[in-house]
Amino acid sequence: MPVVGSFALLLALVWSVYCAVAGIVAAVSKKDFAAPLTETARRAGIATFALVFLAALILVIAAFENDFSIAYIFHHSNRDLPAPYKFATLWSGQEGSLLFWSLLLSAYGLVLRLRYKTDVRLFAGASVVIAAVQVFFLLLLTFAARPFAVMQGSIPPDGNGLNPLLQYPEMVIHPPMLYLGYVGFTVPFAFGLGALALRHPGEKWIRITRRWTMVTWGFLTCGIFLGAHWAYSVLGWGGYWGWDPVENASLMPWLTGTAFLHSVMMQEKRGMLKTWNIWLVFATFWLAILGTFLTRSGIISSVHAFAQSSIGDWFAWFLAISLIVFVVLFFKNKSQLRSEHKLESMVSRESSFLFNNLLFVLLCFTVLWGTWFPKISELLQGNKVTVGAPFYNHVAIPVALLLLVLTAVGPLLAWRKTSLESLRRNFMWPAIGAMGVALFLMITPQSWGSPFGLRPWQDISYFYSLMAIALSVLVILTVASEFFRGGYVISKHTGQNAFASMVQLIHRNTRRYGGYIVHFGVVVVIIGFAGAAFNQDKEQEMGYGDKMSIGAYTLVCRSYTDDDAANYASEWAMLDVFKGGNQIGSMTPERRFYKASRQTSTMPAIRSTLDEDLYLVFEGLNPDNGHPILKAHLNALVMWIWIGVWIMLIGTVLALIPNAPASARVAARARFSPVHAEPVVTGD
Amino acid sequence: MKSLRHLRSRLRARTSKAVRVVAVSAAVLVAMGAGDPATRFSKIGHRMMCICGCNQILLECNHVGCRDSDGMRNELMASLTRGDSDSLVEQGFLQKYGPTVLAAPTTDGFDRVAYILPFAVLILGFGLIVLVIRAWKNRPAPAIADRLRPVRGPKLIRFRDQARQETDL
Repeated sequence: MPVVGSFALLLALVWSVYCAVAGIVAAVSKKDFAAPLTETARRAGIATFALVFLAALILVIAAFENDFSIAYIFHHSNRDLPAPYKFATLWSGQEGSLLFWSLLLSAYGLVLRLRYKTDVRLFAGASVVIAAVQVFFLLLLTFAARPFAVMQGSIPPDGNGLNPLLQYPEMVIHPPMLYLGYVGFTVPFAFGLGALALRHPGEKWIRITRRWTMVTWGFLTCGIFLGAHWAYSVLGWGGYWGWDPVENASLMPWLTGTAFLHSVMMQEKRGMLKTWNIWLVFATFWLAILGTFLTRSGIISSVHAFAQSSIGDWFAWFLAISLIVFVVLFFKNKSQLRSEHKLESMVSRESSFLFNNLLFVLLCFTVLWGTWFPKISELLQGNKVTVGAPFYNHVAIPVALLLLVLTAVGPLLAWRKTSLESLRRNFMWPAIGAMGVALFLMITPQSWGSPFGLRPWQDISYFYSLMAIALSVLVILTVASEFFRGGYVISKHTGQNAFASMVQLIHRNTRRYGGYIVHFGVVVVIIGFAGAAFNQDKEQEMGYGDKMSIGAYTLVCRSYTDDDAANYASEWAMLDVFKGGNQIGSMTPERRFYKASRQTSTMPAIRSTLDEDLYLVFEGLNPDNGHPILKAHLNALVMWIWIGVWIMLIGTVLALIPNAPASARVAARARFSPVHAEPVVTGD
Repeated sequence: MKSLRHLRSRLRARTSKAVRVVAVSAAVLVAMGAGDPATRFSKIGHRMMCICGCNQILLECNHVGCRDSDGMRNELMASLTRGDSDSLVEQGFLQKYGPTVLAAPTTDGFDRVAYILPFAVLILGFGLIVLVIRAWKNRPAPAIADRLRPVRGPKLIRFRDQARQETDL
């Protein structure tokens, strides 16, 4: 089997090279054979998918068959590993995850190559770019990170097992989601670069890639938050985001991708920001690769040490080459990127997009800067420094708050120009509402729990928290006012109830109102982040019947014991949880010892409510008396984060649904609102 | 004119007074809330890193059997009990464990650049956008033809579609 897998990858490399080279020759050639050559390149791309899929399938089968003759399976699986994790072996290590990356890229390429009739020339251009990226990954898999490398000497009876931290249900879906996001940004980049290289006229590539970009963005969002949820549920330090370089690596392309999703509207609707957009889509692709370089080269220290290796040089070269190719093509063809319209006013939707993009890119720069600063400091000062959460809180939060202001104001601005009077009219009530909420949170007693009793003068974290909540309320009110205003107009003309009117409103412009729902989800997430200012924790040794109090909760240790399963041995404590004198449940924090890998892992017990999470960690046993040591965290508003992500994803799916047909909309409009406009005039 | 100038100077004086009052009140209130040892332990502990190599904040290190974090927490508590100021505690840790013990760069020397650069880029970007918008606004508008005539038929539909597309309606 390993031989078949290796051969499949080698053949896939050959076909990818053919796809790229034949595609380029066909694009530059004016001769008769250009069209058939393009077609053979397309088919070679499809064949690449089949071969990479075969290789991935062989690796998964090897994991299920416990084929420890393959070094990768020996290092990342064992006989007692449950079936879902055996499947997840594919992306659990360096070589497998690169194979998985390559598989996803070839799958995206397959979809693109099957839909080529939309625009044969443009799709051929994009196919060449994807094939070129594919060549890089297949070169890595063939020469530097071989997933089918075989063990030397005798075959071991059992494997080392999967990293215990990865043995969690979300780990079966988190990496695929994240990779679908990372790899997916290759598609808009491929179309952008293809259109630039071919001097393809118009904004067609933008329209084609709009859905690709949204789907990819949705996957990346999902991947990032699944990772955050995994960190929260498994790592046992009580938090969900640690500003680790690996986390930063996923955030950077997300930020530029989000900026692109906004600025692309200006190109689509007004033919503006063409140069900016092509750079933004390149930056997103490049940052996804840079993130992989950061986490796998070992150049920046990270808690994700399992992913470090010596393939950093390959990535560095690929980053350099892709940058050079892009810059050369950009300067060669930049004349076709001239704006078709000019910006007419500082108070307009266009300018709000410009500032929005500035802030997204600045946030991305801050994350990149913070990630690289230890290295820069080491080079210039000779000593390394740590850049952790306090730095990002200090720098990124003010920028994020500015972004929230824009999120609130942006939807109220019209394209081209907005009068200050109209802005004041639309903005006044939401602003009063937000200020009212801020005032209420400040004057309420702290005994009400989070987020009440926020005294911004007591601590900067309270100030940020109050600002974040007040601005989130502002966004919610502006979004709601947009829905109500639109729904009211439809309801008035059709006689439908408010809910049906709003459904019709969304259906008439799914992208716009889906986008608003995404904004709503984002602010719900931000309210969840704002809760961090109220977090508390406490550590205590707990014998039988011992009590610990945290916030409104009292924990009583009922028992502690150990257990033995096939894959791991465990120690755990059972605690009764009381609130207001009443028992509301029991919790069992656990510590596991995985036999194959001989590693320990904590399994926190979490009791989630809308206002706070009670989070218990089994830290270990006191060697003197055998009593468990427990750490309790009271984390405020965490559930809002997970709810907000669901809302964001629902909004993204809504934005992907096609609008109601324009003809039906026009007919409906004509039926209930006859146009009395003066005729439009124009010159000869 | 004179009364306008007088009004402006009064307004400036009042604003300046209000800012001073707010700043002094904030400083007093912050100082009031800063003395609690448990709060200080939590605040300083979250500004330090555990040095065991886990890359975690000192008070968040949950490594089973970590040999460093317990000792460091005890040291921190001892310093606070002694009555050391925040900066003295941080200096002590810095000298003992090196600069990586602090969870964020200091605000001295080259480390200051870490904080300055993002805001410098923000100001630069903001200024650049304002300049770009002004330059675009000042571009001469295309000349309007002398003889205008109403648009009807397919052209009108096309213009309406364009307007609809550009205004999202």
